[in-house]
Amino acid sequence: MKALGMILAGGNNRRMRELSSRRAIAAMPMAGSFRAVDFTLSNMSNSGIGTVAVITQYSSRSLDEHLSSSKWWDFGRKQGGLYLLNPTITPENNDWYRGTADAISQNLNFLYKRHEPYVVIAPGDGIYKLDYNDVIDFHSDNDADITVVCKDFPEGADVSRFGVLQTDEKGRILEWEEKPVASPFRTVSTGIYVIRRRLLISLMEQCREMEWTDLVRDVIMRQKNVMNIMAYRLDSYWTNISTVKAYYDANMDFLKDDVRKHFFHEYPAIQTKVDDYAPAKYNTGAEVKGSLIANGVILNGEVTDSILFRKVFVGNGAVIRNSLIFKDSYVSDGAVLEYCIVEAGVTIPAGAVHKGTPEKPLIITE
Amino acid sequence: MIKKKMIAMLLAGGQGSRLGVLTSEVAKPAVSFGGKYRIIDFPLSNCVNSGVDTVGVLTQYRPLQLNKHIGIGIPWDLDRRVGGVSVLPPYEKTGDTEWYTGTANAIYQNLEFMERYNPDYVLILSGDHIYKMDYEEMLSEHKKKGADVSIASMPVPWEEASRFGIVVTDENRRITAFQEKPKEPQSNLASMGIYIFNWPVLRDALITLKDVPECDFGKHIIPYCFEQQKKLYTYEFTGYWKDVGTLSSYWEANMELVELVPDFNLYEEYWKIYTETDSMLPEYMAPGSVACKCIIGGGSEIYGTVKHSVLGSNVIVGEGSVIEDSIVMAGAQIGKNVRIRKAIIAENVVIGDNTVLGEGQYAESKLDKRVYCAELVTVAADSVIPADVSVGLNTAIVGVTESADYPGGRLEDGGFIVKAGEKA
Repeated sequence: MKALGMILAGGNNRRMRELSSRRAIAAMPMAGSFRAVDFTLSNMSNSGIGTVAVITQYSSRSLDEHLSSSKWWDFGRKQGGLYLLNPTITPENNDWYRGTADAISQNLNFLYKRHEPYVVIAPGDGIYKLDYNDVIDFHSDNDADITVVCKDFPEGADVSRFGVLQTDEKGRILEWEEKPVASPFRTVSTGIYVIRRRLLISLMEQCREMEWTDLVRDVIMRQKNVMNIMAYRLDSYWTNISTVKAYYDANMDFLKDDVRKHFFHEYPAIQTKVDDYAPAKYNTGAEVKGSLIANGVILNGEVTDSILFRKVFVGNGAVIRNSLIFKDSYVSDGAVLEYCIVEAGVTIPAGAVHKGTPEKPLIITE
Repeated sequence: MIKKKMIAMLLAGGQGSRLGVLTSEVAKPAVSFGGKYRIIDFPLSNCVNSGVDTVGVLTQYRPLQLNKHIGIGIPWDLDRRVGGVSVLPPYEKTGDTEWYTGTANAIYQNLEFMERYNPDYVLILSGDHIYKMDYEEMLSEHKKKGADVSIASMPVPWEEASRFGIVVTDENRRITAFQEKPKEPQSNLASMGIYIFNWPVLRDALITLKDVPECDFGKHIIPYCFEQQKKLYTYEFTGYWKDVGTLSSYWEANMELVELVPDFNLYEEYWKIYTETDSMLPEYMAPGSVACKCIIGGGSEIYGTVKHSVLGSNVIVGEGSVIEDSIVMAGAQIGKNVRIRKAIIAENVVIGDNTVLGEGQYAESKLDKRVYCAELVTVAADSVIPADVSVGLNTAIVGVTESADYPGGRLEDGGFIVKAGEKA
């Protein structure tokens, strides 16, 4: 094995509002039957990475539950496997993870014990398909110290929620701005890094020594003039789900044929925890257009341009448009939902009417 | 020493020849059912839900699909260190090597497997029925009665009783007589082919009758136990139980699932049915799609109309196509402007644009009158049907067919095309 994986799935995000109060961002439901972290986990598994540590902290129970059996991503193995690294109190440390670098440096023991030459570090909220071996090859071909996977955004796109950077013609990173209000740079960091394990260990030992806590601010920005930090440009679909709007849009992207083809129907597949629900059932009165319907759903009403997660029930005469309905929710007869995100297990009473807007989907939590 | 209270032996080696071309490539227990399941999922899930964690699956006819499906038993949590699921094909021995020649012969050839688990009871199941049953409850009845052998049975309408093996009992449910397809039934309790044996009783019967040709449970083992004055009881089952042994019963059982509240409910939390999933994806219903009274499997992409049908995983239905009263199994690709009525389309079939299936008048089958005796169009797995052809009622198609195989663009009612050995 060339690399081991570390998934940074500990973060919370105020901009996700009510949605992240119940779960880690990495455990957010995606595209009808997935969780956000499934994309990164599957990419790792599909890249032949056999050992993956998932660093969790905020609301980690939802994630622990999802990852309780690692077999669905082929990590249920004698060699390697899936490790959940929660913050833990030791004689040396009694802090929570105070940042991305701190989360890794608190788990240096994990890195010491492994033997893989490379580490792939990735956040748990990225929605993309990528063979990390391509990044590792790029990394060694360019004698990089750190490789950052990047995505070029079109002119005029809002990059204010990302780290943006400028490279020379070879791809070496020269400038980097974190979440700028406005920036001339169009190249966005996806937060995916490749680095040799030994180098990561020495950088993290320094962070621990200096009480530095952030990978970007305290490592990349500080080192960029000394180290060869390269940008690997990803040309296929990529987004992350750091705001409610971004989350909603990322889901709605799966209603597009090309996005679905890329993620659902092209090899290799994205894997998730298997359920045991029967296939979706369309009763008389069901009228479903331009929507994704997961297993276990029972439909009696009208659904348009929406995503229904597993085991949702839609009553007679109910109307659902441009909405995300999380699993186990019950939409009673005659209810109307437009531009809504309905939390898992919520019952919408008969005849209730809820409407959000495309810019501000209404979140219904009870 | 390993000790299991009850182990199950699941007979899954039969072809199920009355399912016609559906079983030309796979054994009957591996035939798809209800959109995402295969028939064997029902007895296997029953085992797990009943706390039976050691299951031997006896395979013989076309085992590839079954082997792949069962794997090491992960979907049923039967990947266990002690017990779990074991696939048991016939094997070569010094001396008298033979295939499994009968149901009891197959079990006899696996005596060593059963002995390894040192069971008190052995549950004999067949892999061709759709039902949910608690074998634990049957076992506790068995123990309460002090039975040597228990036979599950269910009441059938009196007028149909002469089609079944009938058990006649006293008021304590002890069996007093058997009638095989009797003209004048004395009871309406039909045997379901599900048995619990005390292990020493089964072992003795299998060894004593080992030289009986085509040794069978119903014909030899049970009568032998009866003659030996063993205590045979029946366990009466009253839930849903469906034999899907013929094309029309298979079609009907699928169609019953799309009723508003079907007799056989797959949506209950209690007593789930587990399966090896081809697809964990949601299905996509395009803006122009219509779906009504149907079940659609995950990963499907529906651009046309689906009414009163059961579709498996990853099925594609093109724009303008209409599917009615049909079963379409996983991976089938239906082109544009196709009309399909009363058809059973097996896995990975490809159907070209503008083709019509299931229009015409009923005519007697030219292939096999015993198997094909309904209006159904039956298309075998991996077959290809070209664009712009029309297929009549009560027909069968196997293999990669081309326009030239359809004189005048038509497969007449009752007709068939079998192009063996060709694969898509």
